[in-house]
Parts: sequence; C-alpha cells; structure tokens
Amino acid sequence: MAAAANPVPWQMNLGKGATTVSREIWDLHMAALWVCVALGVIVFGAMFIAIFRFRRSKGAVAATWSHNTLLEVCWTIVPILILVGLALPATLLTRKLYNTSGAQMTVKVTGYQWLWRYDYISYEGKPVTGVKPIFSRLAWNSNAARQLDSGINPDSIVSRDGYHDYLLNVTHPLVIPAGVKVRFLITGGDVIHGWWVPDFAAKRDAIPGIMNDAWAKVDKPGIYRGQCYVLCGQDHSAMPVVVKVVPRDQFNAWLSAQEQPATLDRAARTAQVGPRKPAPAKG
Amino acid sequence: MSSTAQAVHHEEHHQSFFERWFMSTNHKDIGTLYLSFSFLMLFVGGSFAMLIRAELFEPGLQLMQPYFFNELTGMHGLVMIFGVIMPSFVGLANWMIPMQIGAPDMALPRLNNLSFWILPFAFVLLLSTFFMPGGAPAAGWTMYPPLVLQGGESIAFMIFAIHLMGISSILGSINIIATILNLRAPGLDLLKMPMFCWSWLITSFLVIAVMPVLAGAVTMMLFDRFFGTNFFNAAGGGDPVMYQHVFWFFGHPEVYIMILPAFGVISEIVPTFSRKPLFGYKAMVYAIACIAFLSFIVWSHHMFTVGLPLGAEVFFMYSTMLIAVPTGVKIFNWVTTMWRGSLSFEVPMLWAIAFIVLFTIGGFSGVMMALVPADFQYNQTYFIVAHFHYVLVGGALFSIIGAVYYWLPKWSGRMYSNFWAKLHFWSSVISVNVLFFPQHFLGLAGMPRRIPDYNVAFADWNMVSSIGGFWFGATQLIFVGVVIHCVFFSKQKAAARVWEHAYGLEWTLPSPAPHHSFTVPPVIDDSQLAHGDVSH
Repeated sequence: MAAAANPVPWQMNLGKGATTVSREIWDLHMAALWVCVALGVIVFGAMFIAIFRFRRSKGAVAATWSHNTLLEVCWTIVPILILVGLALPATLLTRKLYNTSGAQMTVKVTGYQWLWRYDYISYEGKPVTGVKPIFSRLAWNSNAARQLDSGINPDSIVSRDGYHDYLLNVTHPLVIPAGVKVRFLITGGDVIHGWWVPDFAAKRDAIPGIMNDAWAKVDKPGIYRGQCYVLCGQDHSAMPVVVKVVPRDQFNAWLSAQEQPATLDRAARTAQVGPRKPAPAKG
Repeated sequence: MSSTAQAVHHEEHHQSFFERWFMSTNHKDIGTLYLSFSFLMLFVGGSFAMLIRAELFEPGLQLMQPYFFNELTGMHGLVMIFGVIMPSFVGLANWMIPMQIGAPDMALPRLNNLSFWILPFAFVLLLSTFFMPGGAPAAGWTMYPPLVLQGGESIAFMIFAIHLMGISSILGSINIIATILNLRAPGLDLLKMPMFCWSWLITSFLVIAVMPVLAGAVTMMLFDRFFGTNFFNAAGGGDPVMYQHVFWFFGHPEVYIMILPAFGVISEIVPTFSRKPLFGYKAMVYAIACIAFLSFIVWSHHMFTVGLPLGAEVFFMYSTMLIAVPTGVKIFNWVTTMWRGSLSFEVPMLWAIAFIVLFTIGGFSGVMMALVPADFQYNQTYFIVAHFHYVLVGGALFSIIGAVYYWLPKWSGRMYSNFWAKLHFWSSVISVNVLFFPQHFLGLAGMPRRIPDYNVAFADWNMVSSIGGFWFGATQLIFVGVVIHCVFFSKQKAAARVWEHAYGLEWTLPSPAPHHSFTVPPVIDDSQLAHGDVSH
C-alpha cells in the first residue's frame, strides 16, 4: 500500500500525486516555480549589485537619468511573453481537469458537519443499487486524541501500514477501483465543505444546492489521504478524506459483497419482524 | 512661516485636551489619532495571531476549543485589515497629503473628524462580539454563508461594525479626493504630485467603488439571518456562491486598497536614499491606474474551486496574470531607481528594500496561484496564507513602518534612536521570514488553512513558523519603544529637511511641522519637488 504520497515531516514541495493530471500539475507548478526563481535571481541580483556597488559610503555619485523608453518597453513585453508561456499549458490542463466525460464510475460525495457521505451512483454503465452509503468520519483514535488536553500524544496514532495518520484517517474510507476513470459529484449538506485528495488533484467545493464534479483515474492501488479545505465550523480540522484504491477485480468482489449483505440484512430483519402489518390509516 | 507657526502655537494653547483630541479638525491631529488607533489595533490583532500560533505550535489541542480558534482567525483578519492597514494608510494620508500638495489642511476637516471617530465605535462593536452568547462570528474574515449564519446573534454586531468601517473609509476617501483635486498649490500639476498622493488618489476611487459592495453583501446576510430572506440560502432558492462573487468583487480591489498606498510610500523613500529621481515616474502612475482597473476584473481567482464554468476559469486566469505586468513595472522601476544611485541605508530605506524583496516574493506566489490547475493544489492551503502575509505584512505593514520612520522626525521634530530602529528592522525582517516562509511548505504538503489542529507530518514547520511568530510579535514592542522615545523623550532635534536628498513640499516646512501646514500656498519650484521635472 502506497503511503509515500501522503504528507511527510519537513516536506517542502508539492507531491507528484498519483494521476496523470496531478503529475502534469506538478510539472506546471515546477515550471512556474523556476520561472519565479529565475526572475527573483535577476531582480534581487540587480538590486544587491546596486546595494553593494552604488553606495555613497564608497563614493558613488548618483546619475541623473530617470527614463529609458527601450528598457521600459522591454520589461513590459518580456513578462507578457513569459506569462503567455505559462498560460498556454495551464489552459490546456484546465480543459483536461474539467473533462469528466467518459467516466466509468460515478460517486456522489456529500459533505456534512463533520463527515463525508459517499453514494455509489453508477459503475460500468449500470446504476449501482443496494449498496449502502459510506459514512466516513474521523477515526475514533484520532477523535479521542484531538480533544482539548486529551493527554494522548498525536504521534502515537499510527495506521496498520505504519503511517502516522492523526486526523488523516476515517472510520470507513471511500473505496474505488484502480485504473478506472471515476467521476465525483460533490455537494454539501449543510454548509460549504471542500473535498480534496491532493494526490488525485481532484478538488471541488462541496456547496449546498450545487452539484460540482471532479474526476480521477488512479492506477496505483493504495490509501490516499486529504482533508476538508473550506472552513466548515468547529470540527473543520477533523473531517479527513480517505480513499482506498483497490485492484479492479478486488473492487468488483468488494462491491458485490457490499450488495450481498444488504439484501441478507433486509431478509433477516423482515424475518424478525414477522409478516408486515398494513400501515395505519392516517386520520 | 515662523509668524504663522507662532500664531498656531498660540491657538493650540487655548485648546483643552478634550478639544484638541476629540473635537479636532486638524489634519495632523487626526492623522495622529488614526495612526495611534491602528497602532493599538496592531497589538489587538497581533495578540490574536499570537494565540493562533501558540495553538498551532504543536499538534493536538492544548489551549483552546476549535470554535474559539475559528473566532480568532476571523477576527484577526478583520482587525488587521480594517483596523490596522487601512486606517494607518489613512493616517499617513492625513498627515502627508496636505503637506505634500501645499495645502493648509484637508478639504473637509469636519468630515475628517467624523471619519476617524466612527472607527473606535465600530471596533468596540466588533470586539464586543467575543463576550456575547455564542461568541464572536467564527467563519473567517470572508464570512461565507451558510456557515456564518450558524453563529450567534453577534453577527449583527459584526455586520453593523463593517457598515461603520465602510462609511468611515468612504468618507476618508471622499476627503482625500477633494483635497487632492482642489487644494494643490498653484503650479503643482497632477503629474508633478508625489507618488504617495497619486497612489492615494487612485486608492480613494477604489474605496468608494467597492465598500458599498461589501455593505450590500453583509446587508443581504443580515436579512438572511434575521428577516427570513434567502439570498444565500440554497434551500430557499438562493445561492451561497453569489455571496462569494459579491464579496470578492469588493475583496479583490480591497487587496489593492491595502497595497497601492504602500507603492506610493516606497516610491517616496527609494529615490530619497538613492539620491536619484524616481525612474519612470509616469509609468509608475500609469501602472497604479492599470492595476486599479484590473483589480475589478479578477475577483473570481479567489474562487477557482467553486465550480466556475471553464470559460470563466480561463478568463480570470488571464486577467489575474495580466496584473503581474504593471506590478512588475513598478518593481523594475524601483530597482532601476537604485541602479547607478548613491545609496545610503538609513532606517526607512532598509524597510523599503525589505518591502521590495518580500512583496516580490508574495507576487511570485501570486502568479503561481493565478494558474488555475496549480491553484487547485494551492487553494485554501497554507500556501495562500504565506502568499497574502508576504504581501500584507512584508508588503503593506513594512511600508507603513518604513513611512513612520521616514516622516516621524518631520511630525515630532525629533530623531529616533537609530540603534533601536535598526534592531527593530533586522529582528523583524528575519523573524517575518521564519514566520511565513515555512507556511509555503506546509501549504504545498497539503495543510489547509483555518485549522487549529493538524497531522504530525506538519508539526515541524508549524513549530518553526510559531517561533518566528512569537519573535516577530515581540519585536514589535521595540517599535513602541522607539516611537514613544522619539515623540516624548528624544533630545536630538530633526532638521527641516530630515534626509539629505529628500525633495517635496513637506521638507520645506520646519520640523515639527506647524499646526496648519501652508496657510499661504507655497511657490512651486520644480527643483524642490521629488518629481518636478518628469519630461526627461
């Protein structure tokens, strides 16, 4: 199980993530970063040369010019060209980010104070029925540790794969198949939340009354973690997003297993209650 | 001039303390009130920041409940924006604009008194919400519904406080526009004005344009909360995203309201200590105007993840990136002003250089965030917290401190302690980077903003950031000491032209400046102006 993509101590840069889009965003991020570094070297470099060379204490005499049309035209045009160079790939990538067509699976994500609800809507062109929604709330060990003066060291919260998952683990993760383009329909149940898995570069505000969509096609099975990123009240820091990506055949088996107990459960309950009574007449 | 000064001193003797400070119509006294008020608020908002950084010192909750943390983050933002940055720039405008354009006072002195005295009441209303049932509003300074509507009834107090602050800054801006357009000394053309006056003239129009928009947004919110309307309630046919559009239509020009006067200040300080005229004066003016115009068409870049249509995302990406061009022009021009100059590094110059570096770093992260796909990874993380603190602390606040060090001798007639002022500078410039630079890393690693508690992977940089925070906070106490010493105790008298190469009408007045600046319009001599001859 890949945990390497989750945040690590002293991390200083964006992770590359687990989807083609997230990797392309990483490339764009690095390109923009290096452009900024290069410009920084030029601007601050010139400034520090000025600071050291043109000091009055070293006898520097001030020039009197205050205008240079060519120079000014240059540093208006050149930044525009640089920005166009960044804007082009960014535009293409934005189109890709928005292209949710051709998804083989649809999951509805609803943010509540303070948990996520996941409903499987469709898979491989068929509606998914009989699968109970997944209620994904903060794992109980994290919940105990996060109370004011709990006395529990957050560092002692460790997942089975050895990841220190304080505030980044849930009771029931969303499970999706690897190698399948999954479309997430994202909405909010009470206030605005934000559903984000950094490794998928899938991120949308979960807004009441509005259905947003995002997508991800994750090839590598593993556990991917993120957090609600829109302030949603007192437990905003305690509604992580955890997605378990499993191999496709395993997922198919899991999904049918999910469907199975649901029907069994209903049958058992019916048996317990006995023959259904007619509903009492309203009056 | 001296007879005028004497007459003014005579007049001052007849003013009781109450008359002078509460009923004042004098631009200098009101400027002092503005600056003192924002100084006080700096420590109020700063103490919230200290509490926030203390809770974030390590993972787990040690000091406060998360709800109180949310109250603090929102109030920290509101106090710093409306109580510190905006009023201190208005304070500087009050002090400097009449002196820089050769006017006796502001054009509308009574309005001036009113616009200041609204503020303390607004902040009493705002800060009193902490003591109300349900506590202060806890939805951040952006106050997004529906969350903010879940708060107690204290949000009515916040909304009225915002109305008052808006009225105060609109009145202040009207006054500044009236002063600049009507009271310039004969011969002081608009394109000979100091950059500080230019920056404030343009900022004033921004304030008048957008503060009513904010008032509209919060009024709709008030109606949603108390009178059963559904402007922002999806269940009633409203739209929570509409609030965000209206808010940021105010909010983005607001960002420039807080930085354009800083550009003006830096454009005054850098030529003085470079002993060389400002490079590209006209380009600087046009760049400010251009930024002000663009600031109206970029608001949705705060909302790239709300689910805008693709076309809107791309439009707002391009318009936002375009702002980098005039902003770049300004930075290049400051650096070129220093090039081939004869530099000396008095305290105001140190702050101005730090401003250029830190503001540029904030500008770089701004360009990165303008890229829509990249913003999807940065949006609402600590990366943006780092970004706007670089431009607002390293940018706006540093320019204000620089301006105080630049003009304080003119105001008080005395010099401050260079040693302590330099200590204040070096301690601030190092700690501000220890405080905010690691927040870039936290954001890139995925830490959302506005959380009181976090995963252990974020622990190390948060601790570094908190240490920087306490250090930066404590350093500002030196500033208090330097200012109090300078105003009340310093023995060193300041000359009329405090800085060797400082040009502009304010330096033709004695230090301290007389109670009324220019009772007779000064004769304009281009060689005595900072930007007298802009033809070359």
